Amino acid sequence: MTVYFTKDHEWVRLEGDAAYVGITDYAQAQLGDVVYVELPEVGKTFAKGDEAAVVESVKAASDVYAPVSGLVIAVNSKLPDSPSTINEAAETDGWFMKLTLTEPDELQGLLDEAAYKAFVDTL
Amino acid sequence: MADSAATDLLLETPLAGLHRELGAKMVPFAGYSMPVQYPLGVLSEHNWTRASAGLFDVSHMGQAVLVGPDHATTARALEALTPGEFQALALGRIRYTLLTTAEGGIIDDLMVTRPVDPAEDGRLYLVVNAGRKAIDYAHIAANLPADVRLEVADDLALVALQGPKAAEVLARHSTDSATMGFMTAIRTVVDGHDCHVSRSGYTGEDGYEISVAADRAEALVRTLLAEPEVEAIGLGARDSLRLEAGLCLYGHDIDEATSPGEADLGFAIAKRRRAEGGFPGAGRILSELAAGPARVRVGIKPQGRAPAREGTVIRDAAGVEIGIVTSGGFGPTAGGPVAMGYVPAECAAIGTPLTLVVRGKDLAASVVALPFVPHRYFRKQA
Repeated sequence: MTVYFTKDHEWVRLEGDAAYVGITDYAQAQLGDVVYVELPEVGKTFAKGDEAAVVESVKAASDVYAPVSGLVIAVNSKLPDSPSTINEAAETDGWFMKLTLTEPDELQGLLDEAAYKAFVDTL
Repeated sequence: MADSAATDLLLETPLAGLHRELGAKMVPFAGYSMPVQYPLGVLSEHNWTRASAGLFDVSHMGQAVLVGPDHATTARALEALTPGEFQALALGRIRYTLLTTAEGGIIDDLMVTRPVDPAEDGRLYLVVNAGRKAIDYAHIAANLPADVRLEVADDLALVALQGPKAAEVLARHSTDSATMGFMTAIRTVVDGHDCHVSRSGYTGEDGYEISVAADRAEALVRTLLAEPEVEAIGLGARDSLRLEAGLCLYGHDIDEATSPGEADLGFAIAKRRRAEGGFPGAGRILSELAAGPARVRVGIKPQGRAPAREGTVIRDAAGVEIGIVTSGGFGPTAGGPVAMGYVPAECAAIGTPLTLVVRGKDLAASVVALPFVPHRYFRKQA
């Protein structure tokens, strides 16, 4: 199982030719208590870098960008009713959406876990 | 309070070291490095304050004293700048008031206290917003009569203890704080420190604001934080608490382009001043009180769960843009999104349907009564 990361603090976990996408544990800690999540509709397509979802803490709203291009084939429908899942399990149960990758080569431009950790250490 | 962009030269309060020790996340606010939250987090800090007692560092706010030869002279000097009644203000009483512009806008909102000790006759204590200190002080100083002067008390810290358990906590450290009425002030000793204690706050809860010498602040705060009912609370929760309480934040809900009538702060225009006028902007302010302003600040409840933040456009049922959200977010006690904003008077009735434009999408909302969470200020038994 391969996980990639972005400098915008999203993660991409490959499963076959699809990928789960969420925000990192570092990102949820920076956001604080998540109180609202807006997920995309299944069937929507994104280019890498598009605004794909919104996550809001008590204090502020943040965009979640599509870390890779893809077609939304599922969303985590539990999140809108229990947004705190993102604080409790950002990199597992707090996934946002599942994409079919339309440009798999984009994965090469993302960070691996070690590189992401090194990046976070510089923040 | 006005936000300020990050600068290299942020000021610190006397409690900055303690905030860092407690693990606070520090952010620039009004030129100060301030704790926006502690490890507890904004949501839990908010809920803790509503259920128990929260301790806030508000030392960034401006503390100053108007000093004149006698109460009447000092009161008249302040009345020349505000629509408040200070000549008749009793010893030890606090009033919320506004510095107004000649055009009827709001330069700042502030708290004014007449000290309880007759030996302090001729003094009025002011607490102003951090982001407006320089403007307020220059404005006041430039408009005082020769026998009244403004003394800035920048050697003082200010902390707020807020919540339903604030009184029982403070009573353990100060013999006379528990019996104080709301919006009164005393000079007292708290745990060995000389303090000026006001029963007031910015959360909608019972509580106190405690002014103490800067070099005593950390010891006092450590004592209060050692009480099991008390947690340190950051600016994030302070904002959600005051929003649920329907209280204005300077630079957001009120500014020099908003008038007291528009901001629904008519209660700050004292009865005698309504009859007499004689304060900056009296013409506009009094005619708006009589006829009603063209636009007014209202509570807004978005339907669903999406918060509508400051700057959100408000439309009427026909889709016409009619106003803007000035404060908005998630209200933990209200259990959902809450907002305040300005709408035309004809759209201000409770229940009026509104449309909020959030990220390009229309969100149904309606005008609701403020506050979102009932105030629980201490009322002395008669």
